[in-house]
Amino acid sequence: MKDEDRATISGMASQNRWYDLFSRGARDWLRHNEKVREAVREQLPDLVAGADVLSRPGDRTLQVPVRFLEHYRFRLRDQHQGEGVGQGPGKPGDVYRRGQPGGQGDQSGGGGSGGGEYRFMLELKIDDIVDWLWEELKLPDLKPKSTDALTDEAVIPEGWDRRGPRARLDRRRTVKEAIKRRSIQPDRPAFTDDDLRFRQLARRKRPAVNAVVAFVLDVSASMDPGRRKLAKAFFFWAAQGLRRQYGQLDTVFIAHTNEAWEFDEEAFFQVTATGGTVASSAFRLVSEVFADRYPPALYNQYVFYASDGDNFADDRHAAEALLLQLASQVNFMGFVETPQNRFESSRSETGRLFKSLEARNHPVSSFTVHGDSDIWEAIRAFFQQQASSAA
Amino acid sequence: MGHHHDHADCPATGNDALSDYVPRLEGMARDHGLSFYPVDFELVPNTFMMEVAVYGLPVRMPHWSFGVRYIYQYVQHRMGNSRIFEVVFPGDPNRAYLVNDNALPENTLVTAHVLGHADFSKNNSLFHRMQHQVGFRIVEQAAARANRIQAAIEEHGTSRVEAVLDAALALEQHIDVNQDLNRPPYPAMYTPKPARAPRDSYEARYRQLPGEHTDDPAPRPVKSAVPPRPEYDLLWFIARYAPELEDWERDIFLAVREESFYFYPVFACQIMNEGWASYWHARLLREANFLPGQVYLDAIKTHSDVVRPYGGGEAVSLQVNPYHLGFRMWERLIDDHGLDRALQIRSEEDDFGFIRNYLDQDLARELELFNYTRRPGAGGEERFMVKDRDLRDLRENILLPKFNYGAPRIYARSVGLNGSLTLTHDHVSDGRGLDLARARKVLDYIHRVWRRTVRLETVDHSGEIKVLETGEP
Repeated sequence: MKDEDRATISGMASQNRWYDLFSRGARDWLRHNEKVREAVREQLPDLVAGADVLSRPGDRTLQVPVRFLEHYRFRLRDQHQGEGVGQGPGKPGDVYRRGQPGGQGDQSGGGGSGGGEYRFMLELKIDDIVDWLWEELKLPDLKPKSTDALTDEAVIPEGWDRRGPRARLDRRRTVKEAIKRRSIQPDRPAFTDDDLRFRQLARRKRPAVNAVVAFVLDVSASMDPGRRKLAKAFFFWAAQGLRRQYGQLDTVFIAHTNEAWEFDEEAFFQVTATGGTVASSAFRLVSEVFADRYPPALYNQYVFYASDGDNFADDRHAAEALLLQLASQVNFMGFVETPQNRFESSRSETGRLFKSLEARNHPVSSFTVHGDSDIWEAIRAFFQQQASSAA
Repeated sequence: MGHHHDHADCPATGNDALSDYVPRLEGMARDHGLSFYPVDFELVPNTFMMEVAVYGLPVRMPHWSFGVRYIYQYVQHRMGNSRIFEVVFPGDPNRAYLVNDNALPENTLVTAHVLGHADFSKNNSLFHRMQHQVGFRIVEQAAARANRIQAAIEEHGTSRVEAVLDAALALEQHIDVNQDLNRPPYPAMYTPKPARAPRDSYEARYRQLPGEHTDDPAPRPVKSAVPPRPEYDLLWFIARYAPELEDWERDIFLAVREESFYFYPVFACQIMNEGWASYWHARLLREANFLPGQVYLDAIKTHSDVVRPYGGGEAVSLQVNPYHLGFRMWERLIDDHGLDRALQIRSEEDDFGFIRNYLDQDLARELELFNYTRRPGAGGEERFMVKDRDLRDLRENILLPKFNYGAPRIYARSVGLNGSLTLTHDHVSDGRGLDLARARKVLDYIHRVWRRTVRLETVDHSGEIKVLETGEP
């Protein structure tokens, strides 16, 4: 053995700075997580349609349980059956059990892929989901409407001046000026009139950024839990979208049978009631609430009404009159129809009312929602309409 | 050498003495007739080890699937279930990595263990053949390939490179180790064999009968089909014959294939190789009279943890520990037939020959090996029923997971005029069909690089032929 000079402890890996690269495991893990997010994102419409995001309005995240992704390889079927060799005592016919199939990963050079033993929770922000949906549904960016936008007069600070009312004296700015002056003129007084700086204000017009949306739900007996859930999902995503459009979005929740009540958000989705269907009661309440708290001069107004479309025939004229009045003051009014039968859409009592308003060029539309997958179509249609009318 | 361990212990101590022990252990090994290329030992942090264990190489191409394995490894490590003692990469020099916060006795044992591996990889014929093809500096070569792939990511974007790696790594085991690493393409033309000479005078006369005499001159070369015969090296076949593969994509396929050739001997000789290294670490330490008594005792404790047949506290094992089986077989062989014979066997065999030729009835009985049949039971558990202790079945069942690199036998059968690829699963040799859901996913991977229809024939659960197809009809 003449090779003693070779038999040393070397430092090749550290010298080659391989440690720097050694966040590789973490890097590939992050890439995996990114792929999980992509995969989740592709199924997002299904995922959120089924999820109970709405019953917890305060919760701004959605937790989705996910498995690790598997990198697929060719495998024989029925991996968990077959023959093998064990070691230990035992007679033919003795049975041993093992809890988790596929517990041990094989350690071959190529290696196997891990099974599905570990799961983790992916936490998605509602805002991110809305962003994704926007992309997924190819929705346009919305701007506050310019044509019919309401305007507020806003007073905006705009620079400084040496003269002005005492109340607008900017002390910080004034001291700064004094310090600057004294640094070139060492023996001068602490403050002079020239140091004074007053804030200037300008009056500007700006589009109103306040909006209110009234969600109106028919809770009469014919609206079963499935239909309500569809309506609720539509409301939720419509509100999310409008929130992106307006700085301040207020929500009003109104349920009706043959009379109408206002609720807070949480109670709203729990409401059950029995009774007939008199839609005008709800439209009247909307008008009152808007007139009381959300004057059209200050708020962009939206109304969404979800119902299976039935209405007492006696109520037709009252409902029509109220809708006409609303249609002439709101930015938009939508009818979310959850019909008893897919093919009856827009032929219902209420459906016909909205159709006729739409035909007369009021900002009114109807959306038919029969199953989870229709929600995205409806949402897309709504926002695309918004975008095209905003231009 | 990785194994499952119940406690994570002790801070680093006294690995300085190692640089004194290493040359002495090497000397002893050579005196016994072992021979090896120089071994470059390096003490590295545990995080380095974990990644080496996951990637199979210190620097290797990036892929998200390694990230998944990394997390498994990480969780195992944090739970204290898994410790990695060493990793050695055969070559000239061998590169061996030891963990810097393992204690001196463990690292002394591991040093001797590595020398066993170094001898094995230099002298075993399968290792020898593969090493001559892939070269002797795998660590540096793999790092260079990783850099090329990184450059491809920068040029072509993560998702395109990932699509190629998805396919190539999924087919990692689908190589033909009986062919050379550097294969020429199939000959473009092929000449049918000339008609054979008449076998006897009867046939000679028969051929002269009117109407029997065919006057064909020398047979003409014809365009040969691609592939001319079943092709099991799918990585090579796709790299070579995919209709629209770009050069950088081919490069990635060939990189994965080359590393797969490199890994094959480690896979195919695992029992022999780990057994051999374990035999030599035990023997060298026993004979190393320069070791302080406590170091020896602690090292031997680690040794018995590594080569024990069962997990902690269990009385039965449903998976044979290759360290244990290999160690016991070599111990027996050297007792019975002497060291020279053992050195010859380590040169000539792989696990197939080793198990079939040298696992005998006495040892099988002594080790209490049994055959079992496995069935899924209630609630996701598995039921293992002891079947018998028949020696021939024991041997074959031990080898069962090692056939065809542990993968189903799938070959490229034909390429259609429109460029579509047909793969066939040899379900007869494998005894059952493929997991169809996974097979579909893999076909999707392949389709993204083959870019024409890809078809796969296998059988379903009832044994009926099942054709999976992807891409445009």
